[in-house]
Amino acid sequence: MSGFRLPTGGAIDRGRPLAFTFDGAPYLGAAGDSIASALLANGVRIVGRSFKHHRPRGVWGAWTEDPNAIVDVTRGGLTTPNLRAAVESLENDLAVRSVNAWPSAADDRSAVIDSFARFMPSGFYYKTFVWPRWETFEPMVRAMAGLGRLDPRNRPPADNPHVNAHCDMLVVGAGAAGLAAANAAARAGRTVILVDDHADIGGQLAHRGGTIDGGDWRAFADGVRAAVVAAGGRVMTSTTAFGVYDGNLVCAWERRAQLPDALWRIWPKRIVAAAGAIERPLVVPDNDRPGVMSADAALVYLRRHAVLVGRRIAVATNNDSAYAAAEALAEAGAAVEIFDSRADVPATTLKVTPSVVVEAVEGRSGVTAVKAGGRTHAADVLLLSGGWTPTVHLFMQARGKLRWDERVAALVPAAAIEGLRVAGAANGAFTLDAALREGHAAGGGEGPAPNAPPGLYRVTPVWPAPDAPGRRWIDFQSDVTLKDVALAAREGYASVEHLKRYTTLGMATDQGKTSSVNGLAALAAVAGRGIEEIGTTTYRPPFTPVPMTVVGGRRRGQLMNPLKRLPLEADHRADGAQMREYGGWLRPAWYGPDDSDLAIQREAKRARETVALFDGSSLGKIEVIGPDADKLVDFHSYNRLSTLGVGKIRYGFMLSEAGTVFDDGVTLRLAPDRFLVSCSSGHADAVAMRLEVWRQDRFDPRRVVVHDATAHWATLTLSGPRARDLVAALDLGVALDDAALPHMAFATGRFAGAPLRVARVSFTGDRSYEMSVPASRARSLRERIVAALPAFGGGLMGSEALMILRAEKGYVVVGKDTDGATMPHDLGVLGPRAQRKDEYIGKRSLFLPAAEDPDRKQLVGLAVEPGEQPLPTGAHVVEDAGQGRRSLGYVTSSYRSPTLERPIALGLVAGGAARIGQTLAVYHLGAVRRARIVSPVAFDPEGGRLHGGRADA
Amino acid sequence: MLLFCPFCGPRDETEFHYLGEPKARPEPAAEVTDAAWAEYLYVNANPRGEAREIWLHRTCMDVLVMTRDTATNATLSVESSRPA
Ligand SMILES: [Zn+2]
Repeated sequence: MSGFRLPTGGAIDRGRPLAFTFDGAPYLGAAGDSIASALLANGVRIVGRSFKHHRPRGVWGAWTEDPNAIVDVTRGGLTTPNLRAAVESLENDLAVRSVNAWPSAADDRSAVIDSFARFMPSGFYYKTFVWPRWETFEPMVRAMAGLGRLDPRNRPPADNPHVNAHCDMLVVGAGAAGLAAANAAARAGRTVILVDDHADIGGQLAHRGGTIDGGDWRAFADGVRAAVVAAGGRVMTSTTAFGVYDGNLVCAWERRAQLPDALWRIWPKRIVAAAGAIERPLVVPDNDRPGVMSADAALVYLRRHAVLVGRRIAVATNNDSAYAAAEALAEAGAAVEIFDSRADVPATTLKVTPSVVVEAVEGRSGVTAVKAGGRTHAADVLLLSGGWTPTVHLFMQARGKLRWDERVAALVPAAAIEGLRVAGAANGAFTLDAALREGHAAGGGEGPAPNAPPGLYRVTPVWPAPDAPGRRWIDFQSDVTLKDVALAAREGYASVEHLKRYTTLGMATDQGKTSSVNGLAALAAVAGRGIEEIGTTTYRPPFTPVPMTVVGGRRRGQLMNPLKRLPLEADHRADGAQMREYGGWLRPAWYGPDDSDLAIQREAKRARETVALFDGSSLGKIEVIGPDADKLVDFHSYNRLSTLGVGKIRYGFMLSEAGTVFDDGVTLRLAPDRFLVSCSSGHADAVAMRLEVWRQDRFDPRRVVVHDATAHWATLTLSGPRARDLVAALDLGVALDDAALPHMAFATGRFAGAPLRVARVSFTGDRSYEMSVPASRARSLRERIVAALPAFGGGLMGSEALMILRAEKGYVVVGKDTDGATMPHDLGVLGPRAQRKDEYIGKRSLFLPAAEDPDRKQLVGLAVEPGEQPLPTGAHVVEDAGQGRRSLGYVTSSYRSPTLERPIALGLVAGGAARIGQTLAVYHLGAVRRARIVSPVAFDPEGGRLHGGRADA
Repeated sequence: MLLFCPFCGPRDETEFHYLGEPKARPEPAAEVTDAAWAEYLYVNANPRGEAREIWLHRTCMDVLVMTRDTATNATLSVESSRPA
């Protein structure tokens, strides 16, 4: 036990105690505690185990940089893994568990691993990948690796909003510099968004205090807040600006009380990055012992949480900033002794030993003594202050460059970036007065900056020699020591990017916030180069771990990639439809709760025998309108359409400029200046876009327009020998005799006071009627049809049965029975290529040498014996080639035909048309079968059924 | 990334669709060599830095000619592809 709670002070509410457990043991904290401060207040020293060696670790920092206190938190029975105890607010009834330790952080059975540390040098994982056998080590390494445990029951709702915001200036960090910048900008009338990741504003001022413009800093901060709001801006606390992206888009994660977290996408005209600085450790032996802590963090725990981290505190420093912390801790009742590596030390009332460094830290499970200057000093806590590392992440993400500033022993921004300025401690201005001046200037302030008494910050870095004795930690979370860095450099990993990957330095969840500069200094020392010359690794968002739920926002589940819905979905469901996704649309696959194969076979068979109702509403319906409409549809289509008569329909392809089949569909000529281009359900958006783009590129846009009417119309299709009888029974007032309405023609009428179109097109090979009405009339029409179906022995049909019917006829589904190379002549459609003299999309490609290749994959049918199983879709048609097999193509569609009572299949096979009659091998997952290459048309090759039906007799 | 539409103003990249580099379509087909056609189909300048690009703003369906810096993703200028 070392740390304890003080009876007074701090921003905690002693009247609101909070009960929680850590590794199963019960504790009490208070409102205003973080999990880390509550653990420290209870004297808990070991809060976790290091990633690689399972070394016991205590709290190092007081905020997002803390590398050690990673915990799984169970709240209301649901566990969230890998939260940072220094950041997470304490709540009542939290169950907190250390990660990477079992059964507890204090008593971790894997801790024996540390005894074998010499067997896990840098590059351990790389080396075990290759020697002796990674498979041998993998289960052990995997079992021990990783941090928290995922709770499969914890599936947070997709309720995190994404908010877009624009402002004149975004100020990141509400410390002294950020406040001064926001103040200057807001008072000049600019809209400012001021964000800070703490729950309150002030930054270092909040625990170090300060005098601004002659008064307490809080008065200045209140004035800034008021000025920002008065100028139309906002101050956002508990908000982490974690990434800057193209165009200076800044993404920020806002944690809200009683509301789901939000992701802000902020588009500022200018950014002031004033994110402060982070204290780094001294690279002394055993600097990872529990009880070794950042000096600044100890001050935070004292001032914010009224926790005194120890009773007998040793402070080791190389700079002035630790003195304020040391004095405050002494004033709060601790015995404090300072060890300064410099000879020239500041004036203080405390005992200071100058010109000494820590030689050893004793106490395996918590500091008991510190050896310095050849003597052992009893201590329960060792505070380290190795200088400050500016938080330059946003600047570096925006591709800034750093320079080494010896004066403050820090990497600071070298040159300004367009639209982004760095100010304050983030820029190496480590005193209050300098930070205020920089912030004021960055905010565009005129006149004098807010005033503070002159400050002084001096630092003299002490970099240990690479061969210095003892185990000196550089990266606590990744378990990288000075020896590891030296070894990596000796093995040739002299580039900082290689060093990072080889040693995992800076690769843990804290992303090297406390370790980067110490690592660079070590590498520089080994390489005999300067720190600036070594350079840094690439900074990438996010600055700190952001929950994936926040990044994903509401785009999860059904909203991840929203499906298009039929106007009649509810009606289909009421009739027992099993809905499935086809080309982005949710459509009935089959009807009925029974075995899908049986239902599909029954639907397909009935459609051939009587009549079936199918919902074709999802098919694309794109109107091309205007005096030049014929020119546009001709250019857009493989088949000429300008020659189509009004009231008539033509089937055809649309090609890509590479000559491959992009889509197929029928086009109706509604009027001399009006076409309706139909296309596959999944391609409607793309076809509408193509038409629109070529319209603007090539035609007079005043003489032709494109209108995607897909969603406006519902289409109900009746197909089968009894289709006409049924349509006649509907009494739609449309003449149905074949002279008036032949195949590939349409008629118009009225239904329920709205336009009606009845089109004779067929995707089944049977006589079919497509009835289209505005979506608002779809239900009335369907109800009338469904009521009439039983009298004709008809029924409902889903997409799966339709797929069988069209495959029986050899009708292709583009993208299924075609691939990215299929040209129209591969599907047997040769006419336009031979005849059209005018230009159309893809034309020239149809005459390239590749288009003439006799080995092109062509559409064929594949037949097997009636008793066999259908061929697997995707199976390869193969021929022997030397010692192996060569693929000639593959099966694209395969079904059992209930009408033919045998399997049918379509495929793309090299030179397929010339192979009709051949029997070839079909290979799938090690099994070889035989199939005969046949015509793609397995059913009704004469096509008589298109015109069939009793009424024709 | 923020892109600009002359009609709609600055808008999020997700509203736009990239169509390619501006190219003259070689025609009539009978007079175009295989090589010239293949170049039209497949050969792109793809410069680093200033690039001319055709985009569709799917919100208003206007085809745009943008000049962008492909290294920084900054939009340098944008105009409608259609004559005023
Ligand atoms: Zn627009």
